Amino acid sequence: MSTEILARIQFAFTIAFHYIYPPLSIGLGLILVIMEGLYLKTKREVYKTMTRFWIKIFALIFGLGVATGIIMEFEFGTNWAVYSKYVGDVFGSALAAEGIFAFAIESGFLGILIFGWNRVSSTVHFISTIMVFFGSLFSAVWIVVANSWQQTPAGFHIVGKGLDARAEITDFWAMVFNPSSMQRLTHVWIGAFLAGAFLVLSVNAYYILKNRHLEIAKPAFKIALAVATFFSIAQLIAGSVSAEGVSKNQPAKLAAMEGHFDSNAVAPMYLFGWVDENKQRTSGVNIPGGLSFLVHKDFSKPVEGLNAIKPEDRPTQVNAIFQFYHIMIIIGVASIFLTLYACWLWKKGKLFDKRWLMIVFVWGVLLPQIANQCGWFTAEMGRQPWVVYGLLRTSDALSAAVKANEILTSLIMFTLVYATLFVLFLFIMNRKIKKGPELYEADDEETDHFGIRENPMVT
Amino acid sequence: MFLGIDYNTWWFLVFGAIITGYAILDGFDLGAGALHLFLKKEQSRRIAMNAIGPVWDGNEVWLVIGGGALFAGFPVAYAAVFSAFYLPAFIFLIGLIWRAVAIEFRSKEPGLRWRFAWDFIYSFACIVVTLSLGLMLGNVALGLPLNAQQEFTGNMLTFFNPFSILVAVTTLALFMMHGAIFLAMKTENRLYTKLTILAKNFTVFFIVTFALTTLYTLLYVPHMSDRIRSNPAYFIFPLIMFLAIANIPRLLKKSRYRSAFISSSITIACLLIAVAIEVFPNLLYASNNPAYSITIQNAASSVKTMKILLMIALIGTPLVLIYTGFVFWTFKGKVKLDETSY
Ligand code: HDD
Ligand code: HEM
Ligand code: HEM
Repeated sequence: MSTEILARIQFAFTIAFHYIYPPLSIGLGLILVIMEGLYLKTKREVYKTMTRFWIKIFALIFGLGVATGIIMEFEFGTNWAVYSKYVGDVFGSALAAEGIFAFAIESGFLGILIFGWNRVSSTVHFISTIMVFFGSLFSAVWIVVANSWQQTPAGFHIVGKGLDARAEITDFWAMVFNPSSMQRLTHVWIGAFLAGAFLVLSVNAYYILKNRHLEIAKPAFKIALAVATFFSIAQLIAGSVSAEGVSKNQPAKLAAMEGHFDSNAVAPMYLFGWVDENKQRTSGVNIPGGLSFLVHKDFSKPVEGLNAIKPEDRPTQVNAIFQFYHIMIIIGVASIFLTLYACWLWKKGKLFDKRWLMIVFVWGVLLPQIANQCGWFTAEMGRQPWVVYGLLRTSDALSAAVKANEILTSLIMFTLVYATLFVLFLFIMNRKIKKGPELYEADDEETDHFGIRENPMVT
Repeated sequence: MFLGIDYNTWWFLVFGAIITGYAILDGFDLGAGALHLFLKKEQSRRIAMNAIGPVWDGNEVWLVIGGGALFAGFPVAYAAVFSAFYLPAFIFLIGLIWRAVAIEFRSKEPGLRWRFAWDFIYSFACIVVTLSLGLMLGNVALGLPLNAQQEFTGNMLTFFNPFSILVAVTTLALFMMHGAIFLAMKTENRLYTKLTILAKNFTVFFIVTFALTTLYTLLYVPHMSDRIRSNPAYFIFPLIMFLAIANIPRLLKKSRYRSAFISSSITIACLLIAVAIEVFPNLLYASNNPAYSITIQNAASSVKTMKILLMIALIGTPLVLIYTGFVFWTFKGKVKLDETSY
């Protein structure tokens, strides 16, 4: 395999793995703020117990997010040296801002969030929870801004030629508010809130099925259900805004997302389907003229297709892009139905009566995770063959000093390490969830067992 | 120009300050991890881990900020350094992963065998991280072969020269000393006594490796001490460093562990300042042909970006210092285990 393919696989693999955890931290951060806020307001033990239970889960997830994130930061330099030189002037400031404004807040207050329960007042603890949540929101800001700049560059000019060409900032705020950054950020945030809410739903649905910890599981489930319902609906809107944005800024990507080839044809919008790239045909269930409407607000106007774009300038994996995109949308629509139905049952007071619904929610944790990954694969594969849209080709962005076998070695290393981590993560999560919120008391016993509470410093 | 110093030099100073901050802060975490297996009892190990528990993650962020600062201010250096140090850099990163998860996972099961396994992984990861950090530092000080495009032309073996290996071992000794002093500061009774003994031994270990490295530098890498030798004013830094090191055993004997910790922090800072003085204005010295070196001029971002970065740093640094200070203050004093501990 070529260095380029290997480097791309490595990047995709490591970022996709990283992206399992941050959305969960961002989403759980929101839920923790709600739970702890309710505790401070009502002073009810239930909320305290659930807050403290979820803090423990949060810590575990956060740890993995940090461990896998560090890799990402240096991977630009290791594998994509030309890219780093080309975009450093622009991209680097976003990354530096991320470190100082986001991660520092997050990791700093995390210590208090996890270990500070008995050391600071409940107000200070609550403020720390909020700060951790804000920090995680910010870390999404800067990285998504940087990524959006690659999709829709703005606020820069090119200096130098050939190998020495690079982008330099001319307008910082135009760079930050490039045409796609805010709409994509909204979409990413909501995707993260859904990931967190569905995790909480899943764990509590499991308790309800097993008839355990009901006094905690039921209110926690309701909190998460409210969050999930609200953001499922919001996501449909945010997603449509994104799609419109893509139609303006990256027509080639849009055409690939819907498998549209012929520029003279009215474009349908598919619910699902299959793209035959050789025959340049897409078949499936569709809304005729749907895409035309999205782009022109008119069902009968033709939409620019892939054939209008030079072969070397358009994405190749059209069917894959099509499928990733549609899986995301199907999941988005499905979560709206699922959560609204549950809310309707809630209103009738029968929320916890249907076993099958609880089983669906137990597995529901996978829905936003899959949608998040599919969304990124759509966005990133649809951007090919460009690494910076219209400016720098992926094939030109590589590190010249790095050999294919080095990348292969590190890729194998990562695969082994990440596979192990993932198994351990699932194992520990599973144990923690099975033990449940009572875990607390169990932990206390354990500390007693080591004689720590009576005499903490015996060595 | 800003206050009479050009932007590139400013950013070099900022970057240096961040790396120094990282070395001092994560240095004690890594050192504490590296000596973890010297502590034998489960109870002592738990206390040691909880001593760094609330802060190690915040300390590691200095590395993240440093990476961002290099990327932003000197993209050419960022690109060249990390693609040159490809495998050492990956070993370093994988070490960091294992350290993070070992801290997180260890406490999640009560079984002693589980904990033992994680103790081992944890300590090993910290040692690997420290050694690879030192190895990279040594090679940066020494310079690497680069071509006219400023790309690395050596191979894996290039990194394993005697000088860099010496620097790596010295770094390990330094961090272990620093970590032992930190732990002594956070513990009481028998564990404290044990740590003061360890701290003394690591201080000796450090002094020996440091002397060897200095000797080797003077004999075989003369360009590494040119500037300090030709400009006596700079002697102040090695001097402060020697005083600080000499002071440590004395302070430990008097149980003034906090001052000892400050002394070892000063040692780290002076060491890095000395390296920075020699390296400046290069970021990566081309050992085959100095004309190919990556410098703070030819690797830099535009002036506009430098200004933006300084703004970001000016706004961000006080904030970071305030809440870092707040977190350290919250967890000041001796470690007390409770149900939130690891
Ligand atoms: C700020 C930058 C950034 C961010 C936040 C992301 N990516 Fe990305 N991605 C890149 C920057 C990038 C890149 C460095 O620009 C790559 C490497 C090669 C390329 O063409 O783009 C890339 C490639 C890339 C590819 C390979 C595409 C291909 O080769 O066809 C995939 C599948 C992903 N990414 C997936 C993701 C996922 C799942 C993300 C979720 C977090 C993600 N990316 C966030
Ligand atoms: C290539 C892109 C990315 C890079 C270089 C990157 C870098 C990092 C780094 C260095 C860390 C560890 C910070 C620490 O030590 O505390 C981290 C963690 C984190 N990242 Fe990423 N990241 C990337 C993609 C993303 C994306 C797309 C998001 C969210 C939308 C995100 C959100 C977070 C969050 C919230 C954390 C904190 C840890 C956690 O919550 O799990 N990152 N990332
Ligand atoms: C409900 C209907 C949805 C629509 C119409 C939609 C639309 C889109 C579009 C057009 C993009 C590409 C944007 C670009 O390339 O610039 C995208 C990306 C993405 N989607 Fe969705 N989406 C929907 C639901 C979801 C859901 C439910 C999730 C997750 C829970 C999700 C997560 C993502 C993510 C993480 C990305 C990549 C980041 C980005 O480019 O904004 N989407 N979506």
